[in-house]
Amino acid sequence: MTGTFIHPLISFVDKTFVIAEFELRKLRHDFTELITRALQPALWLLIFGQVFARSGMMHTGNIPYLDFIAPGILAQSVLFVAIFYGINVIWERDLGIVQKFLVSPTPRTALVLGKGLSAGIRTLSQAIVVYGLSLFLGVRLNWSPLALLNVFVVVVLAATLFSTFSLIIACIVKTRERFMGVGQVLTMPLFFASNAIYPTDIMPAWLKVISHLNPLTYVVDALRTSMLSGSPSTFGLGMDYAVIFLTTIVLVFIGARLYPQLGV
Amino acid sequence: MTTPVVEIEKLSRRFGTFTAVDSLTLVANAGEVFGLLGSNGAGKSTTIKMLTTLLPPSSGEARVGGFSITTQPVEVRRAIGYVPQAVSVDGSLTGYENLLIFAKLYDIPRSEQQARIREQLTFVDLTADAGRLVGQYSGGMVRRLEIAQATLHRPRVLFLDEPTVGLDPIARDAVWKHLIDLRDQYGTTLFLTTHYLEDAENHCDRIAIMHMGKLAALGTLKELETSLGTGSHTLDEVFVHYAGATLDSGGNFRAVSAERTTEQRLG
Repeated sequence: MTGTFIHPLISFVDKTFVIAEFELRKLRHDFTELITRALQPALWLLIFGQVFARSGMMHTGNIPYLDFIAPGILAQSVLFVAIFYGINVIWERDLGIVQKFLVSPTPRTALVLGKGLSAGIRTLSQAIVVYGLSLFLGVRLNWSPLALLNVFVVVVLAATLFSTFSLIIACIVKTRERFMGVGQVLTMPLFFASNAIYPTDIMPAWLKVISHLNPLTYVVDALRTSMLSGSPSTFGLGMDYAVIFLTTIVLVFIGARLYPQLGV
Repeated sequence: MTTPVVEIEKLSRRFGTFTAVDSLTLVANAGEVFGLLGSNGAGKSTTIKMLTTLLPPSSGEARVGGFSITTQPVEVRRAIGYVPQAVSVDGSLTGYENLLIFAKLYDIPRSEQQARIREQLTFVDLTADAGRLVGQYSGGMVRRLEIAQATLHRPRVLFLDEPTVGLDPIARDAVWKHLIDLRDQYGTTLFLTTHYLEDAENHCDRIAIMHMGKLAALGTLKELETSLGTGSHTLDEVFVHYAGATLDSGGNFRAVSAERTTEQRLG
Protein backbone atom coordinates (compact mmCIF):
# COMPACT_ATOMS: atom_id res chain seq x y z
CA MET A 1 0.00 0.00 0.00
CA THR A 2 1.46 3.34 -1.03
CA GLY A 3 -0.97 5.54 0.88
CA THR A 4 0.83 7.57 3.48
CA PHE A 5 -0.96 9.04 6.42
CA ILE A 6 -1.31 12.77 5.84
CA HIS A 7 -3.32 15.20 7.86
CA PRO A 8 -6.70 15.55 6.09
CA LEU A 9 -6.39 19.32 5.67
CA ILE A 10 -2.93 19.13 4.09
CA SER A 11 -4.17 16.34 1.85
CA PHE A 12 -7.19 18.43 0.88
CA VAL A 13 -5.08 21.44 -0.07
CA ASP A 14 -2.53 19.25 -1.86
CA LYS A 15 -5.20 17.45 -3.92
CA THR A 16 -6.95 20.70 -4.77
CA PHE A 17 -3.74 21.99 -6.32
CA VAL A 18 -3.13 18.70 -8.16
CA ILE A 19 -6.55 18.98 -9.83
CA ALA A 20 -5.97 22.64 -10.66
CA GLU A 21 -2.46 21.95 -11.97
CA PHE A 22 -3.64 19.45 -14.55
CA GLU A 23 -6.48 21.68 -15.72
CA LEU A 24 -3.85 24.32 -16.39
CA ARG A 25 -1.54 21.88 -18.17
CA LYS A 26 -4.37 21.42 -20.68
CA LEU A 27 -4.19 25.13 -21.42
CA ARG A 28 -0.51 24.83 -22.21
CA HIS A 29 -1.35 22.23 -24.87
CA ASP A 30 -4.08 24.34 -26.42
CA PHE A 31 -4.49 28.01 -25.67
CA THR A 32 -6.77 29.00 -28.58
CA GLU A 33 -9.68 29.36 -26.17
CA LEU A 34 -7.85 32.17 -24.41
CA ILE A 35 -7.75 34.14 -27.63
CA THR A 36 -11.38 33.59 -28.63
CA ARG A 37 -12.49 34.57 -25.15
CA ALA A 38 -10.89 37.97 -25.51
CA LEU A 39 -13.47 38.98 -28.10
CA GLN A 40 -16.47 39.46 -25.86
CA PRO A 41 -15.02 41.99 -23.41
CA ALA A 42 -13.61 43.86 -26.40
CA LEU A 43 -17.07 44.17 -27.94
CA TRP A 44 -18.66 45.37 -24.71
CA LEU A 45 -16.03 47.97 -23.99
CA LEU A 46 -15.37 49.22 -27.51
CA ILE A 47 -18.96 49.29 -28.75
CA PHE A 48 -21.45 49.25 -25.88
CA GLY A 49 -19.18 51.26 -23.58
CA GLN A 50 -18.24 53.90 -26.16
CA VAL A 51 -21.83 54.41 -27.32
CA PHE A 52 -23.29 54.75 -23.84
CA ALA A 53 -20.45 56.99 -22.74
CA ARG A 54 -21.27 59.35 -25.61
CA SER A 55 -25.00 59.31 -24.87
CA GLY A 56 -24.34 60.79 -21.43
CA MET A 57 -27.41 58.95 -20.17
CA MET A 58 -25.67 57.13 -17.36
CA HIS A 59 -24.92 59.16 -14.25
CA THR A 60 -21.93 57.58 -12.64
CA GLY A 61 -20.88 60.38 -10.28
CA ASN A 62 -17.42 61.77 -10.65
CA ILE A 63 -16.03 58.92 -12.73
CA PRO A 64 -16.53 58.73 -16.51
CA TYR A 65 -18.86 56.01 -17.78
CA LEU A 66 -16.11 54.07 -19.56
CA ASP A 67 -14.12 53.96 -16.34
CA PHE A 68 -17.28 52.87 -14.55
CA ILE A 69 -18.00 49.89 -16.78
CA ALA A 70 -14.42 48.63 -17.29
CA PRO A 71 -14.44 46.69 -13.97
CA GLY A 72 -18.06 45.69 -14.68
CA ILE A 73 -17.05 44.18 -18.01
CA LEU A 74 -14.17 42.33 -16.33
CA ALA A 75 -16.64 40.89 -13.81
CA GLN A 76 -19.04 40.05 -16.62
CA SER A 77 -16.46 38.22 -18.69
CA VAL A 78 -15.35 36.28 -15.61
CA LEU A 79 -19.00 35.32 -15.07
CA PHE A 80 -19.56 34.34 -18.71
CA VAL A 81 -16.44 32.21 -18.88
CA ALA A 82 -17.06 30.55 -15.51
CA ILE A 83 -20.79 29.90 -15.88
CA PHE A 84 -20.28 27.55 -18.82
CA TYR A 85 -17.66 25.56 -16.97
CA GLY A 86 -20.30 22.93 -16.19
CA ILE A 87 -20.28 21.90 -19.84
CA ASN A 88 -16.78 20.48 -19.32
CA VAL A 89 -17.98 18.64 -16.27
CA ILE A 90 -20.82 17.03 -18.25
CA TRP A 91 -18.38 16.20 -21.05
CA GLU A 92 -16.08 14.49 -18.54
CA ARG A 93 -19.03 12.58 -17.22
CA ASP A 94 -20.06 11.35 -20.67
CA LEU A 95 -16.52 10.07 -20.99
CA GLY A 96 -15.50 8.09 -17.91
CA ILE A 97 -13.24 10.77 -16.42
CA VAL A 98 -15.51 11.89 -13.59
CA GLN A 99 -16.00 8.25 -12.55
CA LYS A 100 -12.26 7.70 -12.52
CA PHE A 101 -11.71 10.65 -10.18
CA LEU A 102 -14.56 9.57 -7.93
CA VAL A 103 -13.12 6.07 -7.60
CA SER A 104 -9.81 7.56 -6.41
CA PRO A 105 -9.44 8.38 -2.71
CA THR A 106 -9.38 12.13 -3.47
CA PRO A 107 -11.64 14.17 -1.17
CA ARG A 108 -14.74 15.33 -3.07
CA THR A 109 -14.30 18.89 -1.88
CA ALA A 110 -10.77 18.89 -3.36
CA LEU A 111 -12.12 17.70 -6.72
CA VAL A 112 -14.71 20.47 -6.80
CA LEU A 113 -12.51 23.27 -5.46
CA GLY A 114 -9.57 22.23 -7.68
CA LYS A 115 -11.77 22.51 -10.77
CA GLY A 116 -13.10 25.87 -9.60
CA LEU A 117 -9.66 27.21 -8.85
CA SER A 118 -8.38 26.26 -12.28
CA ALA A 119 -11.30 28.15 -13.83
CA GLY A 120 -10.21 31.07 -11.67
CA ILE A 121 -6.67 31.01 -12.96
CA ARG A 122 -7.90 30.60 -16.55
CA THR A 123 -10.01 33.74 -16.33
CA LEU A 124 -6.96 35.81 -15.35
CA SER A 125 -6.39 36.13 -19.08
CA GLN A 126 -9.65 38.13 -19.18
CA ALA A 127 -8.19 40.55 -16.67
CA ILE A 128 -5.19 41.10 -18.92
CA VAL A 129 -7.48 41.75 -21.90
CA VAL A 130 -9.65 44.22 -19.98
CA TYR A 131 -6.59 46.06 -18.62
CA GLY A 132 -5.21 46.30 -22.15
CA LEU A 133 -8.47 47.70 -23.54
CA SER A 134 -8.82 50.08 -20.60
CA LEU A 135 -5.36 51.47 -21.22
CA PHE A 136 -6.27 51.96 -24.87
CA LEU A 137 -9.50 53.77 -23.96
CA GLY A 138 -7.81 56.02 -21.42
CA VAL A 139 -9.46 54.58 -18.30
CA ARG A 140 -7.74 55.92 -15.16
CA LEU A 141 -6.40 52.71 -13.70
CA ASN A 142 -4.91 52.28 -10.26
CA TRP A 143 -1.51 50.64 -10.69
CA SER A 144 -0.58 50.27 -7.03
CA PRO A 145 0.62 46.73 -6.25
CA LEU A 146 -2.03 46.30 -3.56
CA ALA A 147 -4.78 47.27 -6.00
CA LEU A 148 -3.47 44.82 -8.59
CA LEU A 149 -3.25 42.08 -5.97
CA ASN A 150 -6.87 42.74 -4.99
CA VAL A 151 -7.98 42.50 -8.62
CA PHE A 152 -6.03 39.25 -9.01
CA VAL A 153 -7.57 37.68 -5.92
CA VAL A 154 -11.11 38.87 -6.65
CA VAL A 155 -11.00 37.58 -10.24
CA VAL A 156 -9.76 34.14 -9.13
CA LEU A 157 -12.32 33.95 -6.32
CA ALA A 158 -15.19 35.15 -8.50
CA ALA A 159 -14.40 32.60 -11.20
CA THR A 160 -14.16 29.89 -8.54
CA LEU A 161 -17.53 30.98 -7.20
CA PHE A 162 -19.35 31.02 -10.52
CA SER A 163 -17.70 27.91 -11.95
CA THR A 164 -18.66 25.99 -8.82
CA PHE A 165 -22.20 27.32 -9.24
CA SER A 166 -22.01 26.05 -12.79
CA LEU A 167 -20.79 22.64 -11.60
CA ILE A 168 -23.79 22.43 -9.26
CA ILE A 169 -26.15 23.11 -12.17
CA ALA A 170 -24.32 20.46 -14.22
CA CYS A 171 -24.80 17.93 -11.40
CA ILE A 172 -28.53 18.68 -11.38
CA VAL A 173 -29.34 18.81 -15.10
CA LYS A 174 -26.76 16.21 -16.22
CA THR A 175 -27.11 16.75 -20.01
CA ARG A 176 -25.44 19.31 -22.26
CA GLU A 177 -28.67 20.40 -23.95
CA ARG A 178 -30.42 21.20 -20.69
CA PHE A 179 -27.30 22.84 -19.34
CA MET A 180 -27.04 25.25 -22.29
CA GLY A 181 -30.65 26.30 -21.70
CA VAL A 182 -30.25 26.82 -17.97
CA GLY A 183 -26.89 28.56 -18.43
CA GLN A 184 -28.40 31.14 -20.79
CA VAL A 185 -31.35 31.69 -18.48
CA LEU A 186 -29.07 32.35 -15.49
CA THR A 187 -26.27 34.49 -16.89
CA MET A 188 -28.29 37.39 -18.21
CA PRO A 189 -30.33 37.99 -14.99
CA LEU A 190 -27.14 37.74 -12.92
CA PHE A 191 -25.51 40.28 -15.20
CA PHE A 192 -28.40 42.73 -15.50
CA ALA A 193 -29.37 42.50 -11.84
CA SER A 194 -25.96 43.79 -10.85
CA ASN A 195 -24.03 47.05 -10.79
CA ALA A 196 -21.85 45.96 -13.74
CA ILE A 197 -23.03 48.41 -16.40
CA TYR A 198 -25.16 50.89 -14.42
CA PRO A 199 -25.22 52.03 -10.81
CA THR A 200 -27.78 50.36 -8.56
CA ASP A 201 -29.09 53.85 -7.61
CA ILE A 202 -31.00 54.12 -10.86
CA MET A 203 -32.68 50.71 -10.41
CA PRO A 204 -36.32 50.30 -9.33
CA ALA A 205 -36.54 49.29 -5.67
CA TRP A 206 -37.30 45.60 -6.30
CA LEU A 207 -34.36 45.20 -8.65
CA LYS A 208 -32.10 46.98 -6.20
CA VAL A 209 -33.01 44.39 -3.54
CA ILE A 210 -32.20 41.55 -5.95
CA SER A 211 -28.93 43.17 -6.97
CA HIS A 212 -27.88 43.31 -3.32
CA LEU A 213 -28.45 39.55 -3.06
CA ASN A 214 -26.43 38.93 -6.22
CA PRO A 215 -22.79 37.97 -5.54
CA LEU A 216 -21.78 39.54 -8.87
CA THR A 217 -22.63 42.96 -7.42
CA TYR A 218 -20.00 42.48 -4.71
CA VAL A 219 -17.47 41.22 -7.26
CA VAL A 220 -18.03 44.34 -9.37
CA ASP A 221 -17.84 46.58 -6.31
CA ALA A 222 -14.53 45.05 -5.23
CA LEU A 223 -13.10 45.26 -8.74
CA ARG A 224 -14.30 48.82 -9.27
CA THR A 225 -12.74 50.16 -6.12
CA SER A 226 -9.48 48.27 -6.75
CA MET A 227 -9.07 48.86 -10.47
CA LEU A 228 -9.86 52.57 -10.60
CA SER A 229 -8.25 55.45 -8.79
CA GLY A 230 -10.69 57.52 -6.79
CA SER A 231 -13.67 55.18 -6.86
CA PRO A 232 -14.87 54.48 -3.31
CA SER A 233 -16.49 51.11 -2.62
CA THR A 234 -20.25 51.00 -2.02
CA PHE A 235 -20.20 48.17 0.49
CA GLY A 236 -16.57 48.28 1.67
CA LEU A 237 -13.91 45.88 0.43
CA GLY A 238 -14.17 43.80 3.63
CA MET A 239 -17.87 43.22 3.06
CA ASP A 240 -17.24 42.36 -0.61
CA TYR A 241 -14.63 39.78 0.33
CA ALA A 242 -16.85 38.35 3.08
CA VAL A 243 -19.78 37.83 0.69
CA ILE A 244 -17.59 36.34 -2.07
CA PHE A 245 -15.73 34.02 0.33
CA LEU A 246 -18.80 32.77 2.15
CA THR A 247 -20.76 32.17 -1.05
CA THR A 248 -17.82 30.24 -2.52
CA ILE A 249 -17.44 28.06 0.57
CA VAL A 250 -21.16 27.26 0.67
CA LEU A 251 -21.19 26.44 -3.06
CA VAL A 252 -18.08 24.21 -2.81
CA PHE A 253 -19.73 22.19 -0.05
CA ILE A 254 -22.97 21.85 -2.00
CA GLY A 255 -20.96 20.93 -5.11
CA ALA A 256 -18.97 18.30 -3.22
CA ARG A 257 -22.22 16.70 -2.09
CA LEU A 258 -23.75 16.68 -5.57
CA TYR A 259 -20.64 15.82 -7.63
CA PRO A 260 -20.70 12.07 -6.81
CA GLN A 261 -24.12 11.87 -8.50
CA LEU A 262 -22.31 12.32 -11.81
CA GLY A 263 -20.56 8.98 -11.27
CA VAL A 264 -23.83 7.07 -11.40
CA MET B 1 -5.13 -19.61 -3.42
CA THR B 2 -8.69 -19.08 -2.29
CA THR B 3 -8.52 -15.88 -0.28
CA PRO B 4 -11.79 -14.04 -0.86
CA VAL B 5 -11.13 -10.49 -2.05
CA VAL B 6 -14.55 -9.46 -3.33
CA GLU B 7 -17.34 -10.69 -1.06
CA ILE B 8 -20.84 -9.75 -2.13
CA GLU B 9 -23.70 -10.47 0.25
CA LYS B 10 -27.35 -9.99 -0.76
CA LEU B 11 -26.46 -6.80 -2.62
CA SER B 12 -29.42 -4.96 -4.15
CA ARG B 13 -29.96 -1.71 -5.96
CA ARG B 14 -33.33 -0.28 -6.84
CA PHE B 15 -34.07 2.74 -9.01
CA GLY B 16 -37.63 3.70 -8.12
CA THR B 17 -39.66 0.57 -8.65
CA PHE B 18 -37.05 -1.02 -10.92
CA THR B 19 -34.66 -3.47 -9.31
CA ALA B 20 -31.38 -3.35 -11.23
CA VAL B 21 -29.49 -5.71 -8.93
CA ASP B 22 -31.51 -8.17 -6.90
CA SER B 23 -29.96 -9.77 -3.82
CA LEU B 24 -26.69 -10.71 -5.47
CA THR B 25 -24.38 -12.97 -3.49
CA LEU B 26 -21.00 -14.17 -4.74
CA VAL B 27 -17.30 -14.26 -3.90
CA ALA B 28 -14.26 -13.61 -6.10
CA ASN B 29 -10.90 -14.86 -4.89
CA ALA B 30 -7.46 -13.28 -4.89
CA GLY B 31 -5.62 -13.64 -8.19
CA GLU B 32 -8.74 -14.73 -10.04
CA VAL B 33 -9.99 -13.44 -13.39
CA PHE B 34 -13.68 -13.17 -12.63
CA GLY B 35 -16.11 -12.45 -15.45
CA LEU B 36 -19.58 -11.02 -14.97
CA LEU B 37 -21.60 -11.90 -18.03
CA GLY B 38 -25.02 -10.72 -19.06
CA SER B 39 -27.01 -8.86 -21.65
CA ASN B 40 -27.39 -5.07 -21.59
CA GLY B 41 -29.48 -4.14 -18.57
CA ALA B 42 -28.76 -7.37 -16.67
CA GLY B 43 -27.25 -5.40 -13.79
CA LYS B 44 -23.52 -5.87 -14.47
CA SER B 45 -22.59 -2.20 -14.60
CA THR B 46 -24.74 -1.36 -11.59
CA THR B 47 -22.91 -4.10 -9.66
CA ILE B 48 -19.52 -2.71 -10.64
CA LYS B 49 -20.63 0.81 -9.69
CA MET B 50 -21.61 -0.37 -6.24
CA LEU B 51 -18.36 -2.31 -5.75
CA THR B 52 -16.29 0.72 -6.80
CA THR B 53 -18.25 2.99 -4.38
CA LEU B 54 -19.74 5.10 -7.17
CA LEU B 55 -23.26 4.06 -6.28
CA PRO B 56 -24.53 3.27 -2.78
CA PRO B 57 -26.49 -0.01 -2.55
CA SER B 58 -30.16 0.02 -1.59
CA SER B 59 -29.57 -2.97 0.68
CA GLY B 60 -27.04 -5.69 1.29
CA GLU B 61 -23.29 -5.38 1.72
CA ALA B 62 -20.04 -6.07 -0.04
CA ARG B 63 -16.44 -6.15 1.11
CA VAL B 64 -13.65 -5.39 -1.30
CA GLY B 65 -10.07 -6.08 -0.22
CA GLY B 66 -11.50 -6.64 3.26
CA PHE B 67 -13.20 -3.23 3.48
CA SER B 68 -16.90 -2.48 3.51
CA ILE B 69 -18.20 -0.52 0.53
CA THR B 70 -20.81 1.16 2.72
CA THR B 71 -18.81 2.10 5.82
CA GLN B 72 -15.20 2.25 4.52
CA PRO B 73 -15.47 3.72 1.01
CA VAL B 74 -12.12 5.57 1.18
CA GLU B 75 -10.24 2.38 2.15
CA VAL B 76 -12.01 0.53 -0.66
CA ARG B 77 -10.94 3.24 -3.11
CA ARG B 78 -7.30 2.83 -2.08
CA ALA B 79 -7.53 -0.92 -2.60
CA ILE B 80 -9.04 -0.90 -6.08
CA GLY B 81 -8.46 0.31 -9.61
CA TYR B 82 -11.24 0.96 -12.10
CA VAL B 83 -11.39 1.08 -15.88
CA PRO B 84 -14.86 2.34 -16.85
CA GLN B 85 -16.40 1.36 -20.15
CA ALA B 86 -16.22 4.91 -21.50
CA VAL B 87 -12.86 6.50 -22.23
CA SER B 88 -11.45 7.64 -18.88
CA VAL B 89 -8.13 9.19 -19.78
CA ASP B 90 -7.94 12.83 -20.73
CA GLY B 91 -7.35 13.45 -24.44
CA SER B 92 -6.05 16.96 -23.82
CA LEU B 93 -3.15 15.72 -21.68
CA THR B 94 -0.18 13.56 -22.67
CA GLY B 95 0.04 9.90 -21.69
CA TYR B 96 2.69 10.78 -19.11
CA GLU B 97 0.56 13.55 -17.60
CA ASN B 98 -2.44 11.24 -17.35
CA LEU B 99 -0.32 8.91 -15.23
CA LEU B 100 1.32 11.70 -13.22
CA ILE B 101 -1.97 13.16 -12.02
CA PHE B 102 -3.10 9.80 -10.66
CA ALA B 103 0.31 9.13 -9.11
CA LYS B 104 -0.24 12.34 -7.16
CA LEU B 105 -3.88 11.66 -6.32
CA TYR B 106 -3.02 8.20 -4.97
CA ASP B 107 -0.22 9.58 -2.75
CA ILE B 108 2.58 7.66 -4.40
CA PRO B 109 5.64 9.18 -2.71
CA ARG B 110 7.28 11.86 -4.84
CA SER B 111 10.58 9.97 -4.90
CA GLU B 112 8.91 6.90 -6.41
CA GLN B 113 6.56 8.61 -8.87
CA GLN B 114 8.89 8.78 -11.87
CA ALA B 115 10.10 5.19 -11.52
CA ARG B 116 6.55 3.91 -11.11
CA ILE B 117 5.30 5.82 -14.15
CA ARG B 118 8.21 4.48 -16.25
CA GLU B 119 7.43 0.96 -15.06
CA GLN B 120 3.77 1.34 -16.00
CA LEU B 121 4.58 2.79 -19.41
CA THR B 122 6.96 -0.10 -20.13
CA PHE B 123 4.38 -2.57 -18.92
CA VAL B 124 1.77 -1.43 -21.45
CA ASP B 125 4.30 -0.68 -24.24
CA LEU B 126 3.63 3.04 -24.34
CA THR B 127 7.06 4.41 -23.42
CA ALA B 128 7.66 5.83 -26.88
CA ASP B 129 4.28 7.58 -26.95
CA ALA B 130 4.31 8.99 -23.41
CA GLY B 131 4.90 12.55 -24.57
CA ARG B 132 2.09 12.61 -27.12
CA LEU B 133 -1.38 13.96 -26.45
CA VAL B 134 -3.76 11.08 -25.71
CA GLY B 135 -6.22 12.57 -28.18
CA GLN B 136 -3.92 11.21 -30.90
CA TYR B 137 -3.76 7.66 -29.50
CA SER B 138 -5.45 4.67 -31.16
CA GLY B 139 -8.22 2.81 -29.35
CA GLY B 140 -5.97 0.00 -28.18
CA MET B 141 -3.39 2.47 -26.86
CA VAL B 142 -6.09 4.35 -24.94
CA ARG B 143 -7.25 1.15 -23.25
CA ARG B 144 -3.67 0.19 -22.37
CA LEU B 145 -3.03 3.63 -20.91
CA GLU B 146 -6.22 3.30 -18.88
CA ILE B 147 -4.99 0.00 -17.49
CA ALA B 148 -1.63 1.56 -16.62
CA GLN B 149 -3.40 4.48 -14.96
CA ALA B 150 -5.79 2.31 -12.98
CA THR B 151 -3.00 0.10 -11.62
CA LEU B 152 -0.36 2.75 -10.78
CA HIS B 153 -1.04 2.34 -7.07
CA ARG B 154 -0.89 -1.49 -7.27
CA PRO B 155 -4.51 -2.16 -6.37
CA ARG B 156 -5.52 -5.58 -5.09
CA VAL B 157 -8.57 -5.65 -7.34
CA LEU B 158 -8.95 -4.13 -10.78
CA PHE B 159 -12.53 -3.58 -11.92
CA LEU B 160 -13.09 -3.33 -15.64
CA ASP B 161 -16.39 -2.52 -17.30
CA GLU B 162 -16.44 -4.00 -20.82
CA PRO B 163 -12.66 -3.62 -21.27
CA THR B 164 -12.54 -4.77 -24.88
CA VAL B 165 -15.67 -3.14 -26.27
CA GLY B 166 -15.03 -1.42 -29.58
CA LEU B 167 -11.53 -2.84 -30.08
CA ASP B 168 -10.41 -4.76 -33.14
CA PRO B 169 -9.21 -8.36 -32.56
CA ILE B 170 -5.51 -7.43 -32.51
CA ALA B 171 -5.97 -4.61 -30.01
CA ARG B 172 -8.24 -6.86 -27.98
CA ASP B 173 -5.53 -9.54 -27.75
CA ALA B 174 -2.96 -6.95 -26.69
CA VAL B 175 -5.24 -5.68 -23.93
CA TRP B 176 -5.83 -9.21 -22.67
CA LYS B 177 -2.13 -9.99 -22.72
CA HIS B 178 -1.47 -7.02 -20.44
CA LEU B 179 -4.36 -7.91 -18.15
CA ILE B 180 -3.17 -11.49 -17.70
CA ASP B 181 0.42 -10.25 -17.14
CA LEU B 182 -0.92 -7.96 -14.46
CA ARG B 183 -2.49 -10.89 -12.66
CA ASP B 184 0.65 -13.03 -13.04
CA GLN B 185 3.16 -10.35 -12.05
CA TYR B 186 1.32 -8.54 -9.28
CA GLY B 187 -1.37 -11.00 -8.26
CA THR B 188 -4.05 -8.45 -9.13
CA THR B 189 -7.57 -9.82 -9.06
CA LEU B 190 -9.47 -8.91 -12.22
CA PHE B 191 -13.20 -8.42 -11.86
CA LEU B 192 -14.74 -7.56 -15.19
CA THR B 193 -17.99 -7.37 -17.06
CA THR B 194 -18.23 -8.39 -20.66
CA HIS B 195 -20.76 -9.40 -23.22
CA TYR B 196 -18.20 -10.96 -25.49
CA LEU B 197 -18.48 -14.70 -24.95
CA GLU B 198 -15.00 -15.26 -26.41
CA ASP B 199 -13.49 -13.04 -23.73
CA ALA B 200 -15.19 -15.02 -21.02
CA GLU B 201 -14.31 -18.35 -22.61
CA ASN B 202 -10.67 -17.61 -23.27
CA HIS B 203 -9.65 -15.60 -20.25
CA CYS B 204 -11.94 -15.90 -17.24
CA ASP B 205 -11.21 -18.41 -14.46
CA ARG B 206 -14.80 -18.23 -13.31
CA ILE B 207 -17.92 -16.78 -14.86
CA ALA B 208 -21.08 -15.44 -13.24
CA ILE B 209 -24.09 -15.02 -15.49
CA MET B 210 -26.50 -12.28 -14.47
CA HIS B 211 -30.05 -12.04 -15.69
CA MET B 212 -32.53 -9.34 -14.71
CA GLY B 213 -30.46 -8.33 -11.73
CA LYS B 214 -30.10 -11.83 -10.34
CA LEU B 215 -27.28 -14.34 -10.35
CA ALA B 216 -28.38 -16.99 -12.85
CA ALA B 217 -25.30 -19.22 -12.84
CA LEU B 218 -21.78 -19.29 -11.42
CA GLY B 219 -18.79 -21.52 -12.05
CA THR B 220 -15.84 -22.31 -14.27
CA LEU B 221 -16.54 -22.61 -17.97
CA LYS B 222 -16.41 -26.39 -17.65
CA GLU B 223 -18.78 -26.45 -14.71
CA LEU B 224 -21.25 -24.25 -16.53
CA GLU B 225 -21.10 -26.38 -19.66
CA THR B 226 -21.60 -29.67 -17.80
CA SER B 227 -24.41 -28.17 -15.74
CA LEU B 228 -26.59 -28.38 -18.82
CA GLY B 229 -26.46 -32.17 -18.76
CA THR B 230 -25.38 -34.70 -21.34
CA GLY B 231 -23.77 -33.75 -24.61
CA SER B 232 -21.30 -30.98 -25.26
CA HIS B 233 -22.47 -27.42 -24.90
CA THR B 234 -21.02 -24.11 -25.84
CA LEU B 235 -21.01 -21.05 -23.60
CA ASP B 236 -23.58 -19.64 -26.02
CA GLU B 237 -25.97 -22.40 -25.14
CA VAL B 238 -25.17 -22.04 -21.46
CA PHE B 239 -25.93 -18.36 -21.67
CA VAL B 240 -29.22 -18.83 -23.47
CA HIS B 241 -30.19 -21.49 -20.98
CA TYR B 242 -29.54 -19.35 -17.89
CA ALA B 243 -30.30 -15.92 -19.15
CA GLY B 244 -33.27 -17.02 -21.25
CA ALA B 245 -32.12 -14.77 -24.06
CA THR B 246 -29.21 -13.98 -26.27
CA LEU B 247 -26.67 -11.38 -25.26
CA ASP B 248 -27.92 -8.71 -27.61
CA SER B 249 -31.37 -8.24 -26.16
CA GLY B 250 -32.17 -5.62 -23.56
CA GLY B 251 -30.45 -2.36 -22.71
CA ASN B 252 -31.79 1.14 -22.70
CA PHE B 253 -31.05 4.13 -24.90
CA ARG B 254 -28.35 5.55 -22.65
CA ALA B 255 -26.52 2.22 -22.37
CA VAL B 256 -26.56 1.67 -26.10
CA SER B 257 -25.58 5.23 -26.90
CA ALA B 258 -22.72 5.13 -24.37
CA GLU B 259 -21.44 1.93 -25.91
CA ARG B 260 -21.62 3.25 -29.46
CA THR B 261 -19.83 6.43 -28.44
CA THR B 262 -17.08 4.41 -26.80
CA GLU B 263 -16.73 2.26 -29.88
CA GLN B 264 -16.51 5.33 -32.04
CA ARG B 265 -13.88 6.96 -29.85
CA LEU B 266 -11.74 3.86 -29.58
CA GLY B 267 -12.18 2.62 -33.11
